[in-house]
Amino acid sequence: MSGFPILSIMLAVPFVGALWCLFAPGSDEARARGARVTALAASLIDFALGIVLWLGYQTGGPRWQFVEKSDVFGRFSWALGVDGIAMLLIVLTVFLVPLCILASWKAIAKRVPEYMAVFLLTEILMLGVFMAQDLFLFYIMFEGGLIPMYLIIGIWGGARRIYASYKFFLYTLLGSLLMLIAMLMMAHTAGTTSIPALMAYNFPPAMQDWLFLAFFASFAVKMPMWPVHTWLPDAHVEAPTAGSVILAGVMLKLAGYGFLRFALPMFPQASAHYMWLIFALSMIATVYTSLVALVQKDMKKLIAYSSVAHMALVTFGLFAFNEQGIEGGMMVMLGHGLVSSALFLCVGVVYDRLHTREIDRYGGIANNMPAYATFFLFFTMASVGLPGLSNFPGEFLSMMGTYEISSWAAFVAVTGIITGAAYMLYLYRRIAFGPQKNADAAAMPDLEPREWLILAPLAAATLWMGVYPESFIAPMRQDVAAILVRLHPTAPASDAALTAPPARPVMAKPAIAAAGER
Amino acid sequence: MITILVFLPLLAAAIAGIGNRFIGHTAAKLVTTIGLFVSCALAWPIFIGFLTGHSHATVVPVLHFLHSGALNVDWSLRVDSLTAVMLVVVTSVSALVHLYSWGYMAEDPDQPRFFAYLSLFTFMMLMLVTADSLIQMFFGWEGVGLASYLLIGFWYYKPSANRAAIKAFVVNRVGDFGFSLGIFGTFLVFGTVSIPAILAAAPHMAGSTIGFLGMRADTMTVLCLLLFVGAMGKSAQIGLHTWLPDAMEGPTPVSALIHAATMVTAGVFMVCRLSPMFVTSPTAMHVVTVIGAVTCFFAATVGTTQTDIKRVIAYSTCSQLGYMFFAAGVGAFGAAMFHLFTHAFFKALLFLSAGSVINAMHHEQDMRFYGGLRKKIPVTFWAMVAGTLAITGVGWAGVFGFAGFYSKDAIIESAYASGTQLGGFAWFMGVFAALLTSFYSWRLIFLTFFGKPRWAASEHIQHTMHDAHGHGHDAHDHGHDAHAAHGHDAHADHDAHGNPAHAAAKEDAGDEPHSDDRGFTEVEHGTLGYEPHENPWMMTLPLVLLSVGAVFAGFAFAPTFLLGDYWQGAIAYSAELHEATEKLPFLVSLAPTIVMLIGLFVAWWAYLRDTSIPGRFTATFHGLYKFVLHKWYFDELYDFLFVRPAFAIGRFFWVRGDQGTIDRFGPDGISRLIVFGNRVTARVQSGYVYTYALVMLLGLAGVATWAVTR
Repeated sequence: MSGFPILSIMLAVPFVGALWCLFAPGSDEARARGARVTALAASLIDFALGIVLWLGYQTGGPRWQFVEKSDVFGRFSWALGVDGIAMLLIVLTVFLVPLCILASWKAIAKRVPEYMAVFLLTEILMLGVFMAQDLFLFYIMFEGGLIPMYLIIGIWGGARRIYASYKFFLYTLLGSLLMLIAMLMMAHTAGTTSIPALMAYNFPPAMQDWLFLAFFASFAVKMPMWPVHTWLPDAHVEAPTAGSVILAGVMLKLAGYGFLRFALPMFPQASAHYMWLIFALSMIATVYTSLVALVQKDMKKLIAYSSVAHMALVTFGLFAFNEQGIEGGMMVMLGHGLVSSALFLCVGVVYDRLHTREIDRYGGIANNMPAYATFFLFFTMASVGLPGLSNFPGEFLSMMGTYEISSWAAFVAVTGIITGAAYMLYLYRRIAFGPQKNADAAAMPDLEPREWLILAPLAAATLWMGVYPESFIAPMRQDVAAILVRLHPTAPASDAALTAPPARPVMAKPAIAAAGER
Repeated sequence: MITILVFLPLLAAAIAGIGNRFIGHTAAKLVTTIGLFVSCALAWPIFIGFLTGHSHATVVPVLHFLHSGALNVDWSLRVDSLTAVMLVVVTSVSALVHLYSWGYMAEDPDQPRFFAYLSLFTFMMLMLVTADSLIQMFFGWEGVGLASYLLIGFWYYKPSANRAAIKAFVVNRVGDFGFSLGIFGTFLVFGTVSIPAILAAAPHMAGSTIGFLGMRADTMTVLCLLLFVGAMGKSAQIGLHTWLPDAMEGPTPVSALIHAATMVTAGVFMVCRLSPMFVTSPTAMHVVTVIGAVTCFFAATVGTTQTDIKRVIAYSTCSQLGYMFFAAGVGAFGAAMFHLFTHAFFKALLFLSAGSVINAMHHEQDMRFYGGLRKKIPVTFWAMVAGTLAITGVGWAGVFGFAGFYSKDAIIESAYASGTQLGGFAWFMGVFAALLTSFYSWRLIFLTFFGKPRWAASEHIQHTMHDAHGHGHDAHDHGHDAHAAHGHDAHADHDAHGNPAHAAAKEDAGDEPHSDDRGFTEVEHGTLGYEPHENPWMMTLPLVLLSVGAVFAGFAFAPTFLLGDYWQGAIAYSAELHEATEKLPFLVSLAPTIVMLIGLFVAWWAYLRDTSIPGRFTATFHGLYKFVLHKWYFDELYDFLFVRPAFAIGRFFWVRGDQGTIDRFGPDGISRLIVFGNRVTARVQSGYVYTYALVMLLGLAGVATWAVTR
């Protein structure tokens, strides 16, 4: 590619910003103010670079673009590069971070420079995960990203922050170690640490199973899949708003990305072998977490449980072994990245005013906060998968892909659209509708300009993704196809297969559909 | 042109919705109403083009939607003979409802929002009927569901309205569950979601089998039944009908537009649109017939006992939708669409008339507290009579009949003419329901417009007269600050902005329609000096126009819909079935008229002649009466079967599953072990980050060593 190392620069900008936040001179107050502005500026520059990256990405071009590689020592190399899948997730990340900084503008009052620096560090590491082309570089970024998250929860979190981050840690530890061991084995067997090379390497089937399970241990926790999901509600509840946004918007996507990058292309046989494990856990998660979400009394917990249910749709889709499923899974990740972030930001807006997440303390706030209620409703509807908004294309494709391989799994997955509507609308009704029963909630002022600035871009993106999802699917199509080439020989048989049509299957396309293909 | 027609309401909705307070009430109302009248003016020429046979099916592409593997979907607008019918129905009724709402919502503080929702609904409905792919149909399908949710819950401070809104959305989602699976299955089988392609390929798939939930079943049966579940949800067929009566919590113009004329007919439209697919599966057609026939009977029985004027009409709608479905089930898709068309006019008319009555009676909806309104609101009275003549199907073959006479009788005759056992069953149910329809429709007329005024017993009227005497302002203001101002200078929306105590009382009553079980004769008579007035022209003009439709739509359009020429193959029209209906025995074709007269006679006898009959009847058949009055206990059953268990199981999973098992033996257990082992709680709790970082670094060091030394 061109000589301009845009990926490295995208990592360097927040790094410089973080250093300046930490070491800028001046009084405490001046440093706090400076840190906010610096962090916002750095994240906006990264966002601009992200747009450049997207515009510069050639759909249908080489598989890996913007590649950089320089050997550091031994086999360990600073190898960066993106395909369409990674590019989209990078754009999502750089889009969300400035909004997070804005959301933390007033909500974070203590140790502001450190907070901003840690936040920028998180951004670097998240971006690094999506950019890394070296196995161990990936590992460092993937695991390292959790450290600033611990700090954000542990230092700037709520009352039970220690418990929450401790739980997070325990869950993560085992999976990480197993993944590291698996990576060592892979590097040893294949003789390379280059991710693109490994994606084309055929590991022996027996080994694939073990490697798959080791990666699965790590990714299942991060996803999170049932039954290792219980860290997520606690982490969300205790994290500050911006922490929740990054957690839901980006960190939950790491595992999905990991499945796409490692599990499926590197271990295709094992993936097919363990498809039913994934499906079973996802089926349980869909029903279980949806019902649990229905009875939650804490807004953030409710949305956290709904995230688990949505992530089940990602795993359904990714393991459906067809275009619709995998592209759908990716689209759910992107859509959920926008919508769950927006919902956590919405919770943040009222939390900043009333300092409680207890659903019962609100009620009837559509009266005094009409603009807020409108945004909240918009994102609620997006979350329940209303067509025309961002989550629908992904959810629909993912479920469609699932149906193609298993009507059972799809049957259970689709129940999510019923329960999802129930818990989200029930939440919305208790907060925004009904009589105003709490005087302090009824006295809350409507959105201020800063909050408009946070929610409006998210709403615009949500609408865009719902009306014209093609712009998000097009860049990833070729990469999904490449993964499917790897998966195809071992893909499991469908239980919904058609048999013995008396005539030949007619795949005739009408004129209009053919015209649309141009 | 079609693009303008469809997107104009969206534009208007956006202007009114986003502009809201900045542009003010009048501007918002003007924009939306003018937008709708323009759309309506564009829709009629399209319909006329198809009537004269000059137009043919066209598809206008708008935007690419998505492309994933073999799945290729566009936003596009399809216009054919079937769409043309829906276009005129949707835009005409919507335009009139917009106009009507100028009067009905005149005192509401949130008018821009209301009109924006109405126009948004219209846009979504137009997207639904112009869909060329199943996915766009699903978009419109969900979009009208959203608009319905928003409009049912329009008065969001009423808990009962919120409950009804959620119920409507969630029950519809149950239908969408089937619809979604149906779309997935269709894509799996046909490799496309384009409707014309599917319909063309459907006959080739007859006889093949598909795996579904471990069974092997006939492909077309599975697909059609899954899709039909969606239609059942949207069109409130038995089992998934429970949301429709509750949806009456919304403002009455909404009930007329969404819950009578347009949205609820979407299911019928879908079955007709996919009729070439449905006819390939006899099993699916049988199911459609049975569901339709049972619904038409069930809803008609419930309609006979309700006392809330809107609920009577709501059950009537449910019942009429049942007619449309069994018409489709026996293969008379033309008759189904015809009834959809005429029903839109006369049912919108009935609802808007009911709204006019309600408005005149200060939001009293209980017919037991009406009576003697004929002279007070004559335009409304005559409009309602026109609607009733239409729905009960008054007319004489070969001379003239009101709208329902042509469409409903065509359905009933088709059922008989189909010659199957199920057709006979449907015919019987249809005729019986026609008797009940006639009875409850005339009961409504007699209770409302005839007899002596019984307004004195109405809380709403009492409230009004009470306040008019200058006291009670404080006594009735239960601290609902934000709305007290509106609540008392604008009594028309008493229920909307009224005191929470009243709303709460309604909430407590739950789904029970009656907090008291008094019969209409047992309430006190008198007017309390209250004078109902006829409503302004914005409300009466739509009534007059719709009356024209209710009177002439059947007479004018019967040949169009029932003879096959118009359709140009857009539906699976059966010429044989139509021929068979013309050779029925005289008595069979007269049956609907006979039962209609019986129903009218019984209603007249029981509600005008000898008013003690209803009371004696309910006393004699108390069990039956209770069963019907409580709507066959569907709500109670579902509450017991689904709602309560969902919450209970959710709580169980949360407390016993997440906290009691996963956490207890997972992280909490480990932490307890560590604490027990180390007794260095402080270190565990504060040093974890560093511990973790250390572990990771150690691992990396190992890696690096290995990599370098290898």
